Amino acid sequence: MNKRIGVYICQCGSNISDYVDVEKVRDAVKDVDGVALAKITMFACADSTQQEMIRDIEDQNLDGLVVASCSPKLHLFTFRNVAERAGMNKYNYVQANIREQGSWAHSDKPAEATEKAIKSVKAAIARTKLSEPLISPVISSENVVLVVGAGIAGMRAALDLAKTGTRVYLVEKDHFVGGRVSQWGEIFPTDEKGREVIGDFYGEIVKNDNITLHTGCDVVSRAGSVGNFDIRLKIKPRGIVPGSGAGLSGDFEERLSKAIDICPVFVEDDFNFGLTRRKAIYRSAGRMPAVPVLDRRNCTGCGECVKICPEIDIHAEETFQDIKAGSVIVATGFDPYQPSKGEFGYGEIENVITFQQMRRLLEIECDGKEEGARCVRKGTLLYNGRKIRNIAWIFCVGSRQTGALEGDNKYCSRYCCASAIHASILTREKFDGINNIHFTRGVRTYGKLEILYEESSIAGDIYLQSFDDAPPVVAQEKGVTTVKVRDVLTEDREMEVEADLVVLVTGMVPRSDTSIAEIMKVPVGRDRFFNEVHPKLKPVETVMDGIFLAGTSQGPKNITETLNASNSAAIKAHALVSSGEIELEPTMAKIDRKLCEWCGNCLDSCPFNAIDREEYEGKTVAVVNTSTCKGCGMCLPVCPVNAIQLTGFSDSEIISMIDALSE
Amino acid sequence: MASILVFSTEKISDPAIDLAGLLKQHYPPTVHTISVPCSSGIKPAWIMRGFERGFDGVFIAADGTDCPFSETCTEKTAAIVARTHDLMEEKGIDKARLRMAAICSVCSEAFVKQVSGFSKYLEGLE
Repeated sequence: MNKRIGVYICQCGSNISDYVDVEKVRDAVKDVDGVALAKITMFACADSTQQEMIRDIEDQNLDGLVVASCSPKLHLFTFRNVAERAGMNKYNYVQANIREQGSWAHSDKPAEATEKAIKSVKAAIARTKLSEPLISPVISSENVVLVVGAGIAGMRAALDLAKTGTRVYLVEKDHFVGGRVSQWGEIFPTDEKGREVIGDFYGEIVKNDNITLHTGCDVVSRAGSVGNFDIRLKIKPRGIVPGSGAGLSGDFEERLSKAIDICPVFVEDDFNFGLTRRKAIYRSAGRMPAVPVLDRRNCTGCGECVKICPEIDIHAEETFQDIKAGSVIVATGFDPYQPSKGEFGYGEIENVITFQQMRRLLEIECDGKEEGARCVRKGTLLYNGRKIRNIAWIFCVGSRQTGALEGDNKYCSRYCCASAIHASILTREKFDGINNIHFTRGVRTYGKLEILYEESSIAGDIYLQSFDDAPPVVAQEKGVTTVKVRDVLTEDREMEVEADLVVLVTGMVPRSDTSIAEIMKVPVGRDRFFNEVHPKLKPVETVMDGIFLAGTSQGPKNITETLNASNSAAIKAHALVSSGEIELEPTMAKIDRKLCEWCGNCLDSCPFNAIDREEYEGKTVAVVNTSTCKGCGMCLPVCPVNAIQLTGFSDSEIISMIDALSE
Repeated sequence: MASILVFSTEKISDPAIDLAGLLKQHYPPTVHTISVPCSSGIKPAWIMRGFERGFDGVFIAADGTDCPFSETCTEKTAAIVARTHDLMEEKGIDKARLRMAAICSVCSEAFVKQVSGFSKYLEGLE
């Protein structure tokens, strides 16, 4: 029984104290039996406050610690470390969640939030009083990380991990690596092509023995927990095996070209955002791996291609692979915002395209063969056969949706202003007679990106600006497309521009495929991107132990920011699994041998075979194998004589909390 | 307002309840949570203690199929509820005062809906 407990009530700046009367909470608990001191802190997690706690524990000989603050998911380990540094067993620390389950959940009822906080703190004190000093068990962990998504974020994280000696499974849903970056042409500031950067990464990955890369691969299921995740992968066949045609006369590439020509299927090419069409057999277009692909989803199975090119296998089956991983990094990227029909004329006016389509338009070279191609000819930008001179760039499409712009995406997509301006500079450099007119809501080329804004301004690009309650209006009359806006930079003067091409600068939205979120159980935030534990304290961690986030799966980022996040996720995952051991909670089932009469219920209920039997004072009793017990507690309620307790969750601790909460 | 004791689970439903707070999804402030490792480890005696101490209802925010420990969690938690129902019947407590629903780690809305609806239901019993 701990008799000298220190209680610290955090204001969390004002996150808690705006709604919870922290002084009232302190006054309500300071005289509770066992409480030696009760203090209010501005930020309990601040280094200075931690030092103060350590001094208090040492000076006042405290044997228990309660911090009433945010969720234990955030700072449980922070304050456990405080206890340890002060010489107190860390399991004599209990956290009361008065923010997520207090001030924030009940910000509409401050008085009631205060009453709830008082009860929560009293329950924590009651539990602390009964808490026992414990020793953490250590489990073996696989020094293996699964990286989901082989875009630039996943590739960077995989390389960082592999270089430290950690084994990596890098899996990509698509048949090619590189994600969105492989779709872009020149990228700022080096003007390397996106696919060149990806090519460099890919070259390093295939050379690294620590990385196993699977393309065309889906994560099917996840079981287990941190240190020992059991993951099932489904690997879709590529359907084309170069080199398998040994002994055949003629060149494989030639045979493949003929097979592609004879394929009767035409589908929109997603890689070019629908600007072009491709066959069910298609080449990599400079992506990696360079091996072509048979698109089984759209293949009719007619078999004509196989007659020409036996290297094509239209009957190849998908395979499954089960792997074990200590940790997972989710790097599944983003989808570009898809404007709705009629949004700034999109889908109704033929020369209104998205920014992502524009980026591909700059890359597509017309070979006269591609069906539906909108193409580029040296020195001239063509779209649907029309020469492009005036380009209207409409910013913030699908982002910052407030005022008259309906939608859920309240956030700024961060990368679009700079990327669009960069693309406009590239367009001007590559083609003759280009005029760029930018319809912005305030340009956000932050940091070094400001160079782009300056460069485009000097080159003669025109910038107009409007507010969200008066967005630009795109219209078409007699084949002429116009963009009209009230420009706030010229005292609300109405400006109208004739545009050969209107580019909607569309931002980022979360991936429409949410399967990985469901499998990994990663929470999403209000913006529907994956949610970290804390934007500053745990920026790449999720509430699921051992599962980390990298890149734009977490929210809009440019490439540099994505790579920073990938480095961070890789370091966190490496730190977790590299030692081969992970410290676990010392939560274990304990058998009261005096009460136990061996009925076998606990053995039957245990999913881990952690129950055995032994002889004790002339009778058979249950015994817990502490190396295999995971502390789930499934054996507790099945014992007919209540002979089993769970450390940290004993009857007395739980009942003391119930009693405190019911006062 | 009806008072509700929630048994939540550290890995699965706790994050959802925290998320509800983060998103300012309000629910009755008379809802109090105790975290346990797994919903299959809740003793009927703990639930009964809640009723003895005056809680109007007990809600088990169960792991369901997301349980990190076992695929049998749902059935085992259901068995605990069934056994507790028997104890409640013996004590003359309306079985409807104990509810269970699977709350996944991102099911903040589901949690809010469950406890808010349960609270209204319990108020109707008064």
